[in-house]
Amino acid sequence: MSGQHSSAAEQTVFDVAVVGAGPAGLGAAAAAARAGVRVVLIDAGHQLGGQYWRHPDESTTDPTRLAGYRDWGEFLALRERILRHCQTGAAVHLASTHVWFVEPPAAGGGRQSWTLHLMPGGPPSRETPPRTVCAERLILCPGAYDRQLPIPGWDLPGVMAAGGVQALLKGHHTLSGRRAVVAGTGPFLLPVAQQLARHGVDVLAVCEANGLARWMRHMPVVARTPAKVSEAATYARSLARARIPYRTATVLTRVDPDASGTQVGAVELARVGPGGLVEKARQRLEVDLVALGWGFTPSLELINAVGAQTRIDADQSLVAVVDDDQQSTVPGVFIAGEATGVGGAMLALAGGELAGIVAAEAGHLERARVRALRREIGRLRAFAAAMHDAHPVPARWPQWLTAETLVCRCEEVAYATLGNAITELGANDARTLKLLTRCAMGWCQGHVCGYASASLAAGGQGRALTADDLRPLAKQFPCAPVPLAHLAGE
Amino acid sequence: MTGTGERPTDEHALAAAAARVLKFTLDGRELTARPGQSVGAALTDAGVRSWRHTRRGGRPRGLFCGIGICYDCLITADGVPNLRACLLPVVDGMRLTTSAPAKTPPAYDALAR
Repeated sequence: MSGQHSSAAEQTVFDVAVVGAGPAGLGAAAAAARAGVRVVLIDAGHQLGGQYWRHPDESTTDPTRLAGYRDWGEFLALRERILRHCQTGAAVHLASTHVWFVEPPAAGGGRQSWTLHLMPGGPPSRETPPRTVCAERLILCPGAYDRQLPIPGWDLPGVMAAGGVQALLKGHHTLSGRRAVVAGTGPFLLPVAQQLARHGVDVLAVCEANGLARWMRHMPVVARTPAKVSEAATYARSLARARIPYRTATVLTRVDPDASGTQVGAVELARVGPGGLVEKARQRLEVDLVALGWGFTPSLELINAVGAQTRIDADQSLVAVVDDDQQSTVPGVFIAGEATGVGGAMLALAGGELAGIVAAEAGHLERARVRALRREIGRLRAFAAAMHDAHPVPARWPQWLTAETLVCRCEEVAYATLGNAITELGANDARTLKLLTRCAMGWCQGHVCGYASASLAAGGQGRALTADDLRPLAKQFPCAPVPLAHLAGE
Repeated sequence: MTGTGERPTDEHALAAAAARVLKFTLDGRELTARPGQSVGAALTDAGVRSWRHTRRGGRPRGLFCGIGICYDCLITADGVPNLRACLLPVVDGMRLTTSAPAKTPPAYDALAR
């Protein structure tokens, strides 16, 4: 699709450019195209779906025949609509394409559209892919990735992000191990354990750092989201059926190598007692796979690139500020999905659709739908707030670190190095900590260690984490890795 | 770039595409992949869990985030270094190479002492 449209795509000024083809982006693109405006959907993935609806390659597997994928009917319906819009020319889908730079409309008249600078990924194609696309309005739906906390031994092969373990299952039916433990906090640990068990992996435990008592104070909110309740019940049943223990108030305190010394062999578990203190008694589980997840971190590269305002959310993630129409603080830029606050696929889908309707200037034609979407978003946001309150990152998480524990995996910066920079060198903020230690300066640019290093910097000052702690670690430019040859126009 | 318009829809075409076996090598060792698999997935299926060593501590690394964020899984494919194995699709005949462990012992940071 992208190939035959590439030269045309470069010359068209689209009404709406949607970046990201997960639930929010698909909802946005489908709604905007339905309203009759010209839409370009730009996505890093080689096929529609994002992380949530990741599925096997469509050149070998008919997606309409897949079973066991969550909210799959919703995805197939959206996919069908987008395909139809692409066939009629109402929409253009640029797959395997990264946006590395966003150029704003010229100030004081002149060119009034946004210019997105693109980088093709994936295998080389016959056609020349477009280097830029222009659009009047943007809908940014960049999604999120697993948030991590360092643990001694967490850089051993066989320790993975829970979302990565799931991506291998959903996209490739590939098992990352045979005996697993799933640990961290939040409801997302449950589908990961369930899917591993369904593929025949022996899941020895799901370790949830928090107790479940905090949910009790949110019962009125929970009662208004019956779908979430039945979802939780489904997971509880399948964990029980697979005899997977769900251990609350339990954390992983260490990962040990196997006899070869080159991959994970065992983990150590401990109970979290009163005041968040990890108890002395330890239990050992022999495993070959550790799946870790502490909630999610939204991808904010594009949000920072357009200069949209950010804030710290209830889960201590930096997120974009949006109004009731999903409009950011920058005129013409809408944001939907996890980047506006981590809340799951159905919230992202509703926010995307609302953004699509408003960005297509069809709000006055679809008043009832807009009202219904706002109600749905309010309900799901309230549930997300309850979830964040019930599943916080343990305030005293650094207690399981040792001096040698790597906080920054890329630059191999140990906890003791950060501690020294804080106590001896006076690093009192995340940016100084980064400059003194190289923490968060490597390949991943702080995507993995950013939350941990910002919270260590804040903790070193005895204060709570703020948006200003997180902002210096949110990457700005370029928004995607781009080779110099591409910049030079080759 | 592949897009939404180029998909085979015919069942036989899909079955034939799915039945193909892609051959590739890792440091000369012959391995196979299913069509559409990433290098990271194919290596995991082959029981390979690490293919790089860190430049300071010489620590083994493989897949971590699995979705292109962490850059732990960097690999050299057909002579092109620093590609993310989790995103890179296997191509028939692809030659992958690992990076050797660092020869020097881990260099400790002056600050860490």
